[in-house]
Amino acid sequence: MTFDQFIQNLANGISLGSLYALIAIGYTMVYGILRLINFAHGDIVMLGAYVAFYGVVMFMLPWWVAFPLAIILTAGIGVIIERAAYRPLRSFPRINLFTSAVAVSFLLENLGNVIFGGRPKAFERPAFMDIALQIGEASVLSYTPIIIVTAAILFAILIYIVNRTKVGMAMRALSKDIETTGLMGINTDRIIMFSFMLGSALAAAGGILWAIKFPQINPLMGVMPGLKAFIAAVLGGIGNITGAMLGGFLLGVVEIMIVAFFPDLSGYRDAFAYVILILLLLFRPTGIMGEVQAEKV
Amino acid sequence: MLEIQNLHVFYGGIHALHGISLNVPDEKIIALLGANGAGKSTTLRCIMGIVKPAEGSILLNGESLLGYKSFEVVKKGVAMVPEGRRVFTNLTVYENLSLGAYARKEQDKVRQDIEAVYHLFPRLQERAFQPAGTLSGGEQQMLALGRALMSKPTLLMIDEPSLGLSPLLSQTVLKRLKDLNRDTGQTILLIEQNARAALSIADYAYIMEVGSIRLEGAAADLAKDDQVRQTYLGIH
Ligand SMILES: Nc1ncnc2c1ncn2[C@@H]1O[C@H](COP(=O)(O)OP(=O)(O)OP(=O)(O)O)[C@@H](O)[C@H]1O
Ligand SMILES: [Mg+2]
Repeated sequence: MTFDQFIQNLANGISLGSLYALIAIGYTMVYGILRLINFAHGDIVMLGAYVAFYGVVMFMLPWWVAFPLAIILTAGIGVIIERAAYRPLRSFPRINLFTSAVAVSFLLENLGNVIFGGRPKAFERPAFMDIALQIGEASVLSYTPIIIVTAAILFAILIYIVNRTKVGMAMRALSKDIETTGLMGINTDRIIMFSFMLGSALAAAGGILWAIKFPQINPLMGVMPGLKAFIAAVLGGIGNITGAMLGGFLLGVVEIMIVAFFPDLSGYRDAFAYVILILLLLFRPTGIMGEVQAEKV
Repeated sequence: MLEIQNLHVFYGGIHALHGISLNVPDEKIIALLGANGAGKSTTLRCIMGIVKPAEGSILLNGESLLGYKSFEVVKKGVAMVPEGRRVFTNLTVYENLSLGAYARKEQDKVRQDIEAVYHLFPRLQERAFQPAGTLSGGEQQMLALGRALMSKPTLLMIDEPSLGLSPLLSQTVLKRLKDLNRDTGQTILLIEQNARAALSIADYAYIMEVGSIRLEGAAADLAKDDQVRQTYLGIH
Protein backbone atom coordinates (compact mmCIF):
# COMPACT_ATOMS: atom_id res chain seq x y z
CA MET A 1 0.00 0.00 0.00
CA THR A 2 1.35 3.45 -0.89
CA PHE A 3 1.27 6.32 1.54
CA ASP A 4 -1.42 8.03 -0.55
CA GLN A 5 -3.59 4.96 -0.34
CA PHE A 6 -3.02 4.80 3.37
CA ILE A 7 -4.28 8.40 3.70
CA GLN A 8 -7.26 7.53 1.54
CA ASN A 9 -8.11 4.57 3.77
CA LEU A 10 -7.56 6.61 6.89
CA ALA A 11 -9.99 9.27 5.62
CA ASN A 12 -12.50 6.54 4.89
CA GLY A 13 -12.02 4.99 8.30
CA ILE A 14 -12.40 8.31 10.07
CA SER A 15 -15.54 9.20 8.15
CA LEU A 16 -17.07 5.79 8.89
CA GLY A 17 -15.92 6.11 12.49
CA SER A 18 -17.49 9.54 12.87
CA LEU A 19 -20.81 8.05 11.76
CA TYR A 20 -20.52 5.28 14.34
CA ALA A 21 -19.61 7.91 16.90
CA LEU A 22 -22.62 10.12 16.09
CA ILE A 23 -24.94 7.17 16.57
CA ALA A 24 -23.09 5.78 19.58
CA ILE A 25 -23.63 8.97 21.56
CA GLY A 26 -27.38 8.39 21.66
CA TYR A 27 -26.92 4.87 23.01
CA THR A 28 -24.52 6.00 25.64
CA MET A 29 -26.57 9.01 26.80
CA VAL A 30 -29.73 6.99 27.22
CA TYR A 31 -27.85 4.22 28.97
CA GLY A 32 -26.12 6.72 31.23
CA ILE A 33 -29.43 8.14 32.33
CA LEU A 34 -31.91 5.26 32.30
CA ARG A 35 -29.60 2.21 32.21
CA LEU A 36 -31.56 1.32 29.09
CA ILE A 37 -30.12 -0.02 25.87
CA ASN A 38 -32.34 1.71 23.40
CA PHE A 39 -32.67 -0.97 20.74
CA ALA A 40 -34.75 1.38 18.61
CA HIS A 41 -31.89 3.83 18.26
CA GLY A 42 -30.65 2.31 15.00
CA ASP A 43 -34.09 2.75 13.51
CA ILE A 44 -33.94 6.44 14.35
CA VAL A 45 -30.92 6.52 12.05
CA MET A 46 -33.08 5.07 9.28
CA LEU A 47 -35.90 7.54 9.95
CA GLY A 48 -33.50 10.46 9.69
CA ALA A 49 -32.36 9.31 6.27
CA TYR A 50 -35.92 8.75 5.01
CA VAL A 51 -37.28 12.05 6.26
CA ALA A 52 -34.39 13.83 4.52
CA PHE A 53 -35.01 11.77 1.37
CA TYR A 54 -38.70 12.67 1.22
CA GLY A 55 -37.94 16.29 2.00
CA VAL A 56 -35.82 16.49 -1.11
CA VAL A 57 -37.71 14.13 -3.44
CA MET A 58 -41.33 14.72 -2.50
CA PHE A 59 -41.33 18.26 -1.13
CA MET A 60 -38.61 19.53 -3.46
CA LEU A 61 -36.77 21.18 -0.59
CA PRO A 62 -33.15 22.17 -1.16
CA TRP A 63 -30.79 19.95 0.81
CA TRP A 64 -29.86 22.73 3.23
CA VAL A 65 -33.49 22.95 4.29
CA ALA A 66 -34.38 19.27 4.06
CA PHE A 67 -31.44 17.94 6.07
CA PRO A 68 -31.74 20.20 9.13
CA LEU A 69 -35.52 19.81 9.03
CA ALA A 70 -35.15 16.02 8.98
CA ILE A 71 -32.88 16.23 12.00
CA ILE A 72 -35.44 18.33 13.89
CA LEU A 73 -38.40 16.11 12.96
CA THR A 74 -36.54 12.93 13.82
CA ALA A 75 -35.48 14.40 17.16
CA GLY A 76 -39.21 15.00 17.73
CA ILE A 77 -39.94 11.35 16.96
CA GLY A 78 -37.28 10.34 19.49
CA VAL A 79 -39.03 12.46 22.09
CA ILE A 80 -42.41 10.92 21.28
CA ILE A 81 -40.97 7.41 21.60
CA GLU A 82 -39.55 8.25 25.01
CA ARG A 83 -42.83 9.73 26.13
CA ALA A 84 -45.02 6.92 24.84
CA ALA A 85 -42.92 3.79 25.20
CA TYR A 86 -40.33 4.40 27.91
CA ARG A 87 -41.54 6.95 30.43
CA PRO A 88 -44.62 5.00 31.54
CA LEU A 89 -42.43 1.97 32.24
CA ARG A 90 -39.65 3.70 34.09
CA SER A 91 -40.73 2.61 37.55
CA PHE A 92 -41.14 -1.03 36.53
CA PRO A 93 -38.41 -3.68 36.39
CA ARG A 94 -35.76 -2.87 33.79
CA ILE A 95 -36.68 -5.87 31.64
CA ASN A 96 -40.01 -4.22 30.76
CA LEU A 97 -38.17 -1.22 29.43
CA PHE A 98 -35.88 -3.42 27.32
CA THR A 99 -38.83 -5.31 25.92
CA SER A 100 -40.52 -2.06 25.04
CA ALA A 101 -37.38 -0.87 23.25
CA VAL A 102 -37.26 -4.06 21.18
CA ALA A 103 -40.95 -3.61 20.36
CA VAL A 104 -40.40 -0.01 19.26
CA SER A 105 -37.55 -1.17 17.04
CA PHE A 106 -39.74 -3.73 15.27
CA LEU A 107 -42.54 -1.23 15.04
CA LEU A 108 -40.36 1.36 13.31
CA GLU A 109 -38.89 -1.19 10.92
CA ASN A 110 -42.30 -2.55 9.98
CA LEU A 111 -43.83 0.90 9.68
CA GLY A 112 -40.87 1.77 7.47
CA ASN A 113 -41.68 -1.20 5.27
CA VAL A 114 -45.33 -0.22 5.00
CA ILE A 115 -44.90 3.52 4.57
CA PHE A 116 -41.62 3.80 2.64
CA GLY A 117 -41.76 0.41 0.90
CA GLY A 118 -39.25 -2.37 1.34
CA ARG A 119 -37.36 -1.73 -1.89
CA PRO A 120 -34.16 0.29 -1.49
CA LYS A 121 -34.30 3.86 -2.71
CA ALA A 122 -31.47 5.80 -4.28
CA PHE A 123 -30.43 8.71 -2.08
CA GLU A 124 -29.05 11.45 -4.26
CA ARG A 125 -26.33 13.43 -2.67
CA PRO A 126 -25.93 17.10 -3.54
CA ALA A 127 -23.55 17.57 -6.48
CA PHE A 128 -20.86 19.37 -4.50
CA MET A 129 -20.40 16.26 -2.38
CA ASP A 130 -19.37 14.24 -5.44
CA ILE A 131 -16.22 16.08 -6.42
CA ALA A 132 -13.11 13.90 -6.60
CA LEU A 133 -10.26 15.18 -4.44
CA GLN A 134 -6.79 13.97 -5.40
CA ILE A 135 -4.46 12.76 -2.65
CA GLY A 136 -1.30 12.13 -4.64
CA GLU A 137 -2.07 8.95 -6.57
CA ALA A 138 -5.25 8.17 -4.67
CA SER A 139 -8.47 10.13 -4.38
CA VAL A 140 -11.53 10.56 -2.18
CA LEU A 141 -14.88 12.11 -3.02
CA SER A 142 -15.64 15.39 -1.32
CA TYR A 143 -18.37 13.87 0.84
CA THR A 144 -15.69 12.14 2.93
CA PRO A 145 -14.18 15.34 4.37
CA ILE A 146 -17.68 16.86 4.52
CA ILE A 147 -18.87 13.99 6.74
CA ILE A 148 -15.84 14.34 8.99
CA VAL A 149 -16.19 18.09 9.36
CA THR A 150 -19.95 17.98 9.92
CA ALA A 151 -19.56 15.30 12.57
CA ALA A 152 -16.78 17.29 14.23
CA ILE A 153 -19.00 20.38 14.41
CA LEU A 154 -21.84 18.33 15.92
CA PHE A 155 -19.46 16.82 18.49
CA ALA A 156 -18.26 20.27 19.45
CA ILE A 157 -21.84 21.49 19.91
CA LEU A 158 -22.70 18.44 22.00
CA ILE A 159 -19.63 18.78 24.20
CA TYR A 160 -20.44 22.43 24.70
CA ILE A 161 -24.01 21.65 25.73
CA VAL A 162 -23.04 18.86 28.10
CA ASN A 163 -20.14 20.63 29.79
CA ARG A 164 -20.93 24.31 29.62
CA THR A 165 -24.69 24.79 29.88
CA LYS A 166 -27.12 24.50 32.74
CA VAL A 167 -29.14 21.79 31.09
CA GLY A 168 -25.93 19.87 30.38
CA MET A 169 -25.02 20.10 34.03
CA ALA A 170 -28.44 18.68 34.89
CA MET A 171 -27.85 15.85 32.42
CA ARG A 172 -24.57 14.97 34.08
CA ALA A 173 -26.21 15.07 37.51
CA LEU A 174 -29.09 12.95 36.28
CA SER A 175 -26.75 10.25 35.00
CA LYS A 176 -25.39 9.95 38.53
CA ASP A 177 -28.57 10.09 40.60
CA ILE A 178 -32.05 10.79 39.27
CA GLU A 179 -33.78 11.10 42.63
CA THR A 180 -31.32 13.62 44.02
CA THR A 181 -31.44 15.59 40.78
CA GLY A 182 -35.16 16.00 41.41
CA LEU A 183 -34.33 17.29 44.89
CA MET A 184 -32.43 20.15 43.23
CA GLY A 185 -35.70 21.48 41.86
CA ILE A 186 -34.94 20.03 38.42
CA ASN A 187 -37.74 18.56 36.35
CA THR A 188 -36.02 15.27 35.61
CA ASP A 189 -38.63 14.19 33.04
CA ARG A 190 -37.79 17.22 31.00
CA ILE A 191 -34.05 16.58 31.16
CA ILE A 192 -34.58 12.97 30.08
CA MET A 193 -36.71 14.21 27.20
CA PHE A 194 -33.98 16.64 26.23
CA SER A 195 -31.41 13.83 26.24
CA PHE A 196 -33.56 11.74 23.91
CA MET A 197 -33.94 14.77 21.69
CA LEU A 198 -30.18 15.31 21.48
CA GLY A 199 -29.42 11.62 20.95
CA SER A 200 -32.06 11.30 18.24
CA ALA A 201 -30.90 14.47 16.50
CA LEU A 202 -27.36 13.12 16.32
CA ALA A 203 -28.63 9.73 15.11
CA ALA A 204 -30.68 11.46 12.41
CA ALA A 205 -27.64 13.43 11.33
CA GLY A 206 -25.74 10.14 11.33
CA GLY A 207 -28.47 8.58 9.18
CA ILE A 208 -28.35 11.37 6.62
CA LEU A 209 -24.56 11.28 6.45
CA TRP A 210 -24.72 7.49 6.22
CA ALA A 211 -27.06 7.80 3.24
CA ILE A 212 -24.63 10.27 1.69
CA LYS A 213 -21.79 7.79 2.09
CA PHE A 214 -23.81 4.70 1.12
CA PRO A 215 -26.55 6.19 -1.06
CA GLN A 216 -29.05 3.35 -0.94
CA ILE A 217 -31.64 3.55 1.79
CA ASN A 218 -34.03 0.86 3.01
CA PRO A 219 -36.13 0.35 6.14
CA LEU A 220 -33.55 -1.97 7.69
CA MET A 221 -30.57 0.24 6.94
CA GLY A 222 -30.30 1.31 10.59
CA VAL A 223 -29.77 -2.17 11.96
CA MET A 224 -26.09 -2.65 11.10
CA PRO A 225 -24.93 0.91 11.92
CA GLY A 226 -27.00 0.69 15.09
CA LEU A 227 -25.32 -2.51 16.15
CA LYS A 228 -21.85 -1.23 15.32
CA ALA A 229 -22.50 2.04 17.12
CA PHE A 230 -23.71 0.10 20.14
CA ILE A 231 -20.46 -1.85 20.08
CA ALA A 232 -18.59 1.45 19.78
CA ALA A 233 -20.45 2.74 22.85
CA VAL A 234 -19.52 -0.36 24.83
CA LEU A 235 -15.92 -0.16 23.60
CA GLY A 236 -15.71 3.41 24.80
CA GLY A 237 -17.30 2.60 28.14
CA ILE A 238 -21.06 2.77 28.01
CA GLY A 239 -22.47 5.85 29.67
CA ASN A 240 -19.45 7.93 28.74
CA ILE A 241 -19.90 10.39 25.88
CA THR A 242 -16.22 10.92 25.10
CA GLY A 243 -15.81 7.16 25.21
CA ALA A 244 -18.57 6.69 22.65
CA MET A 245 -16.81 9.04 20.26
CA LEU A 246 -13.44 7.31 20.74
CA GLY A 247 -15.06 3.89 20.37
CA GLY A 248 -16.74 5.00 17.15
CA PHE A 249 -13.53 6.29 15.60
CA LEU A 250 -11.57 3.26 16.74
CA LEU A 251 -14.10 0.87 15.26
CA GLY A 252 -14.37 2.74 11.95
CA VAL A 253 -10.63 3.07 11.41
CA VAL A 254 -9.79 -0.49 12.45
CA GLU A 255 -12.56 -1.91 10.30
CA ILE A 256 -11.36 -0.08 7.18
CA MET A 257 -7.67 -0.71 7.87
CA ILE A 258 -8.08 -4.43 8.34
CA VAL A 259 -9.83 -4.67 5.01
CA ALA A 260 -7.19 -2.45 3.41
CA PHE A 261 -4.22 -4.42 4.74
CA PHE A 262 -5.79 -7.87 4.42
CA PRO A 263 -8.09 -7.70 1.40
CA ASP A 264 -8.67 -11.45 1.66
CA LEU A 265 -10.49 -10.90 4.92
CA SER A 266 -12.88 -8.29 3.57
CA GLY A 267 -15.75 -10.78 3.70
CA TYR A 268 -15.38 -10.90 7.48
CA ARG A 269 -15.39 -7.16 7.82
CA ASP A 270 -18.45 -6.96 10.05
CA ALA A 271 -17.13 -9.70 12.30
CA PHE A 272 -14.11 -7.57 13.23
CA ALA A 273 -16.27 -5.28 15.25
CA TYR A 274 -17.21 -8.19 17.48
CA VAL A 275 -13.67 -9.51 17.69
CA ILE A 276 -12.39 -6.10 18.79
CA LEU A 277 -15.20 -5.83 21.28
CA ILE A 278 -14.56 -9.23 22.83
CA LEU A 279 -10.80 -8.67 23.02
CA LEU A 280 -11.13 -5.24 24.56
CA LEU A 281 -13.70 -6.33 27.08
CA LEU A 282 -11.55 -9.28 28.12
CA PHE A 283 -8.75 -6.92 29.05
CA ARG A 284 -10.75 -3.89 30.08
CA PRO A 285 -14.29 -4.87 31.04
CA THR A 286 -15.44 -1.28 31.56
CA GLY A 287 -14.40 -0.11 28.10
CA ILE A 288 -11.88 2.58 27.24
CA MET A 289 -13.26 5.44 29.32
CA GLY A 290 -15.68 3.53 31.51
CA GLU A 291 -15.57 3.61 35.24
CA VAL A 292 -16.74 0.81 37.41
CA GLN A 293 -20.32 1.61 38.12
CA ALA A 294 -22.86 0.06 40.40
CA GLU A 295 -26.04 -0.99 38.65
CA LYS A 296 -28.90 1.35 39.43
CA VAL A 297 -31.84 -0.15 41.19
CA MET B 1 -45.08 26.24 58.39
CA LEU B 2 -45.36 22.49 57.88
CA GLU B 3 -48.25 20.44 59.21
CA ILE B 4 -48.49 16.71 58.81
CA GLN B 5 -51.66 14.88 59.80
CA ASN B 6 -52.21 11.15 60.10
CA LEU B 7 -49.68 10.10 57.46
CA HIS B 8 -49.71 6.46 56.34
CA VAL B 9 -47.12 4.99 53.99
CA PHE B 10 -46.80 1.48 52.63
CA TYR B 11 -43.83 -0.06 50.82
CA GLY B 12 -45.56 -2.93 49.09
CA GLY B 13 -46.92 -4.86 52.07
CA ILE B 14 -44.78 -3.07 54.67
CA HIS B 15 -46.70 -0.51 56.67
CA ALA B 16 -43.85 1.97 57.22
CA LEU B 17 -45.76 4.92 58.69
CA HIS B 18 -48.82 4.30 60.86
CA GLY B 19 -50.52 7.67 60.86
CA ILE B 20 -47.97 10.12 62.15
CA SER B 21 -48.72 13.77 62.78
CA LEU B 22 -46.21 16.51 63.31
CA ASN B 23 -45.79 20.25 63.17
CA VAL B 24 -42.90 22.45 62.17
CA PRO B 25 -43.52 26.07 63.22
CA ASP B 26 -41.77 29.02 61.54
CA GLU B 27 -38.19 29.75 62.51
CA LYS B 28 -37.85 26.71 64.77
CA ILE B 29 -35.58 23.69 64.72
CA ILE B 30 -37.59 20.52 65.05
CA ALA B 31 -35.84 17.21 65.62
CA LEU B 32 -37.19 13.87 64.46
CA LEU B 33 -35.51 11.10 66.39
CA GLY B 34 -35.75 7.35 66.60
CA ALA B 35 -34.02 4.06 66.03
CA ASN B 36 -33.06 2.55 62.67
CA GLY B 37 -36.07 1.72 60.55
CA ALA B 38 -38.45 3.88 62.59
CA GLY B 39 -39.62 5.73 59.47
CA LYS B 40 -37.80 9.04 59.76
CA SER B 41 -36.41 9.09 56.23
CA THR B 42 -39.72 7.85 54.90
CA THR B 43 -41.42 10.88 56.44
CA LEU B 44 -39.07 13.28 54.67
CA ARG B 45 -39.28 11.38 51.39
CA CYS B 46 -43.02 11.62 51.62
CA ILE B 47 -42.87 15.39 52.08
CA MET B 48 -40.61 15.65 49.01
CA GLY B 49 -43.04 13.65 46.88
CA ILE B 50 -40.59 10.77 46.37
CA VAL B 51 -42.88 8.37 48.23
CA LYS B 52 -46.66 8.59 47.92
CA PRO B 53 -48.66 8.32 51.14
CA ALA B 54 -51.72 6.08 51.27
CA GLU B 55 -53.52 8.43 53.62
CA GLY B 56 -53.03 11.70 55.45
CA SER B 57 -52.21 15.28 54.65
CA ILE B 58 -49.10 17.41 54.33
CA LEU B 59 -49.62 21.15 54.38
CA LEU B 60 -46.99 23.77 53.69
CA ASN B 61 -48.25 27.14 54.87
CA GLY B 62 -51.76 25.80 54.45
CA GLU B 63 -51.26 24.43 50.94
CA SER B 64 -51.26 20.69 50.33
CA LEU B 65 -48.04 19.18 49.00
CA LEU B 66 -49.66 15.90 48.01
CA GLY B 67 -49.39 14.92 44.37
CA TYR B 68 -46.46 17.18 43.61
CA LYS B 69 -43.15 15.88 42.31
CA SER B 70 -39.88 16.63 44.10
CA PHE B 71 -38.91 19.48 41.82
CA GLU B 72 -42.27 21.17 42.42
CA VAL B 73 -41.97 20.78 46.16
CA VAL B 74 -38.54 22.40 45.95
CA LYS B 75 -40.05 25.30 44.03
CA LYS B 76 -42.57 25.73 46.82
CA GLY B 77 -39.68 26.35 49.20
CA VAL B 78 -38.70 23.01 50.73
CA ALA B 79 -35.19 21.63 50.43
CA MET B 80 -33.88 18.31 51.64
CA VAL B 81 -30.39 17.07 52.36
CA PRO B 82 -30.81 13.37 51.69
CA GLU B 83 -29.52 10.60 53.90
CA GLY B 84 -25.94 9.76 52.95
CA ARG B 85 -25.41 13.24 51.40
CA ARG B 86 -25.58 12.08 47.82
CA VAL B 87 -23.54 14.86 46.32
CA PHE B 88 -22.94 14.56 42.58
CA THR B 89 -19.48 13.03 42.68
CA ASN B 90 -18.88 13.60 38.96
CA LEU B 91 -19.55 17.34 39.23
CA THR B 92 -17.32 19.94 40.79
CA VAL B 93 -18.12 21.51 44.14
CA TYR B 94 -19.07 24.70 42.34
CA GLU B 95 -21.38 22.85 39.95
CA ASN B 96 -23.04 21.03 42.84
CA LEU B 97 -23.80 24.37 44.45
CA SER B 98 -25.08 25.85 41.18
CA LEU B 99 -27.38 22.87 40.72
CA GLY B 100 -28.92 23.59 44.10
CA ALA B 101 -30.08 26.92 42.67
CA TYR B 102 -31.31 25.42 39.40
CA ALA B 103 -34.96 26.28 39.85
CA ARG B 104 -34.50 29.79 41.14
CA LYS B 105 -35.67 32.77 39.17
CA GLU B 106 -33.08 35.37 40.19
CA GLN B 107 -30.06 33.65 38.65
CA ASP B 108 -27.97 36.80 39.06
CA LYS B 109 -28.06 36.33 42.83
CA VAL B 110 -26.72 32.78 42.59
CA ARG B 111 -23.09 33.83 42.37
CA GLN B 112 -23.49 35.87 45.51
CA ASP B 113 -25.20 33.02 47.37
CA ILE B 114 -22.41 30.65 46.43
CA GLU B 115 -20.06 33.15 48.05
CA ALA B 116 -22.25 33.05 51.15
CA VAL B 117 -21.99 29.26 51.28
CA TYR B 118 -18.20 29.56 50.89
CA HIS B 119 -18.24 31.93 53.79
CA LEU B 120 -20.16 29.40 55.87
CA PHE B 121 -17.89 26.52 54.80
CA PRO B 122 -14.51 27.95 53.70
CA ARG B 123 -13.28 24.46 52.91
CA LEU B 124 -15.68 24.32 49.97
CA GLN B 125 -14.13 27.38 48.40
CA GLU B 126 -10.67 25.80 48.52
CA ARG B 127 -12.11 22.78 46.75
CA ALA B 128 -14.42 24.67 44.39
CA PHE B 129 -13.20 23.18 41.13
CA GLN B 130 -12.50 19.71 42.38
CA PRO B 131 -14.93 16.87 41.62
CA ALA B 132 -17.16 16.44 44.67
CA GLY B 133 -16.20 12.75 44.72
CA THR B 134 -12.74 13.73 45.92
CA LEU B 135 -14.06 15.44 49.07
CA SER B 136 -13.91 13.79 52.46
CA GLY B 137 -17.13 12.64 54.10
CA GLY B 138 -17.37 15.73 56.26
CA GLU B 139 -16.70 18.04 53.33
CA GLN B 140 -19.36 16.26 51.32
CA GLN B 141 -21.80 16.80 54.16
CA MET B 142 -21.03 20.51 54.12
CA LEU B 143 -21.48 20.53 50.37
CA ALA B 144 -24.83 18.75 50.62
CA LEU B 145 -25.92 21.30 53.17
CA GLY B 146 -24.67 24.24 51.11
CA ARG B 147 -26.32 22.83 48.02
CA ALA B 148 -29.67 22.62 49.81
CA LEU B 149 -29.29 26.20 51.04
CA MET B 150 -28.74 27.39 47.47
CA SER B 151 -32.45 26.97 46.74
CA LYS B 152 -33.20 29.53 49.48
CA PRO B 153 -35.60 27.16 51.19
CA THR B 154 -38.20 28.38 53.63
CA LEU B 155 -38.05 24.89 55.14
CA LEU B 156 -34.75 23.01 55.29
CA MET B 157 -34.92 19.29 56.02
CA ILE B 158 -31.79 17.35 56.85
CA ASP B 159 -31.55 13.59 57.10
CA GLU B 160 -28.79 12.54 59.51
CA PRO B 161 -26.11 15.16 58.97
CA SER B 162 -23.73 13.44 61.36
CA LEU B 163 -23.87 10.06 59.66
CA GLY B 164 -20.30 8.87 59.28
CA LEU B 165 -18.78 12.01 60.79
CA SER B 166 -16.50 12.15 63.79
CA PRO B 167 -18.23 13.36 66.97
CA LEU B 168 -16.26 16.59 66.73
CA LEU B 169 -17.25 17.23 63.14
CA SER B 170 -20.89 16.43 63.75
CA GLN B 171 -20.81 18.91 66.63
CA THR B 172 -19.51 21.51 64.19
CA VAL B 173 -22.17 20.77 61.60
CA LEU B 174 -24.97 20.93 64.16
CA LYS B 175 -23.57 24.17 65.52
CA ARG B 176 -23.62 25.63 62.01
CA LEU B 177 -27.28 24.69 61.78
CA LYS B 178 -28.01 26.36 65.08
CA ASP B 179 -26.18 29.52 63.95
CA LEU B 180 -28.08 29.52 60.69
CA ASN B 181 -31.36 29.27 62.55
CA ARG B 182 -30.44 32.00 64.98
CA ASP B 183 -28.98 34.40 62.42
CA THR B 184 -31.43 34.00 59.56
CA GLY B 185 -34.47 32.43 61.19
CA GLN B 186 -34.09 29.37 58.97
CA THR B 187 -36.77 26.79 59.78
CA ILE B 188 -35.24 23.32 60.06
CA LEU B 189 -36.56 19.80 60.33
CA LEU B 190 -33.67 17.65 61.50
CA ILE B 191 -33.35 13.89 61.60
CA GLU B 192 -30.66 12.53 63.86
CA GLN B 193 -29.47 9.25 65.31
CA ASN B 194 -27.47 11.16 67.86
CA ALA B 195 -30.45 12.20 69.97
CA ARG B 196 -28.45 14.00 72.58
CA ALA B 197 -26.75 16.28 70.10
CA ALA B 198 -30.00 16.93 68.27
CA LEU B 199 -31.88 17.78 71.46
CA SER B 200 -29.17 20.26 72.34
CA ILE B 201 -29.93 22.44 69.33
CA ALA B 202 -33.64 21.73 68.70
CA ASP B 203 -36.61 23.63 70.06
CA TYR B 204 -39.02 20.73 69.94
CA ALA B 205 -38.63 17.04 69.16
CA TYR B 206 -40.60 14.00 68.07
CA ILE B 207 -39.43 10.52 68.87
CA MET B 208 -40.49 7.81 66.45
CA GLU B 209 -40.72 4.10 66.98
CA VAL B 210 -41.64 1.63 64.25
CA GLY B 211 -43.75 3.95 62.19
CA SER B 212 -45.43 6.00 64.90
CA ILE B 213 -44.65 9.03 67.01
CA ARG B 214 -43.92 7.61 70.42
CA LEU B 215 -43.17 10.80 72.33
CA GLU B 216 -42.97 14.50 71.69
CA GLY B 217 -42.13 17.60 73.62
CA ALA B 218 -39.90 20.60 74.06
CA ALA B 219 -36.33 19.51 73.44
CA ALA B 220 -35.14 20.72 76.83
CA ASP B 221 -37.84 18.70 78.60
CA LEU B 222 -37.15 15.54 76.62
CA ALA B 223 -33.47 15.83 77.37
CA LYS B 224 -34.35 15.77 81.09
CA ASP B 225 -37.01 13.06 80.86
CA ASP B 226 -35.88 9.87 82.61
CA GLN B 227 -37.48 7.50 80.16
CA VAL B 228 -35.97 9.35 77.20
CA ARG B 229 -32.61 9.45 78.88
CA GLN B 230 -32.64 5.71 79.42
CA THR B 231 -34.09 4.58 76.13
CA TYR B 232 -32.68 7.07 73.66
CA LEU B 233 -29.75 8.78 75.27
CA GLY B 234 -28.27 5.69 76.89
CA ILE B 235 -27.97 7.37 80.29
CA HIS B 236 -28.90 5.31 83.32
N1 LIG C 1 -37.82 1.49 49.35
C1 LIG C 1 -38.25 0.73 50.37
N2 LIG C 1 -38.86 -0.46 50.12
C2 LIG C 1 -39.29 -1.22 51.11
N3 LIG C 1 -39.20 -0.92 52.40
C3 LIG C 1 -38.60 0.23 52.73
C4 LIG C 1 -38.10 1.11 51.72
N4 LIG C 1 -37.55 2.19 52.33
C5 LIG C 1 -37.72 1.98 53.65
N5 LIG C 1 -38.35 0.81 53.89
C6 LIG C 1 -38.72 0.29 55.22
O1 LIG C 1 -39.49 1.25 55.88
C7 LIG C 1 -39.11 1.32 57.25
C8 LIG C 1 -38.72 2.74 57.59
O2 LIG C 1 -37.54 3.08 56.87
P1 LIG C 1 -36.83 4.50 56.96
O3 LIG C 1 -35.75 4.53 55.98
O4 LIG C 1 -37.86 5.56 56.88
O5 LIG C 1 -36.24 4.44 58.44
P2 LIG C 1 -35.33 5.50 59.19
O6 LIG C 1 -36.06 5.88 60.42
O7 LIG C 1 -34.91 6.57 58.30
O8 LIG C 1 -34.09 4.58 59.59
P3 LIG C 1 -32.52 4.95 59.63
O9 LIG C 1 -32.29 5.63 60.91
O10 LIG C 1 -31.88 3.60 59.61
O11 LIG C 1 -32.21 5.77 58.44
C9 LIG C 1 -38.00 0.32 57.43
O12 LIG C 1 -38.55 -0.85 57.99
C10 LIG C 1 -37.49 0.05 56.07
O13 LIG C 1 -37.03 -1.26 55.94
MG1 LIG D 1 -33.16 7.11 57.46
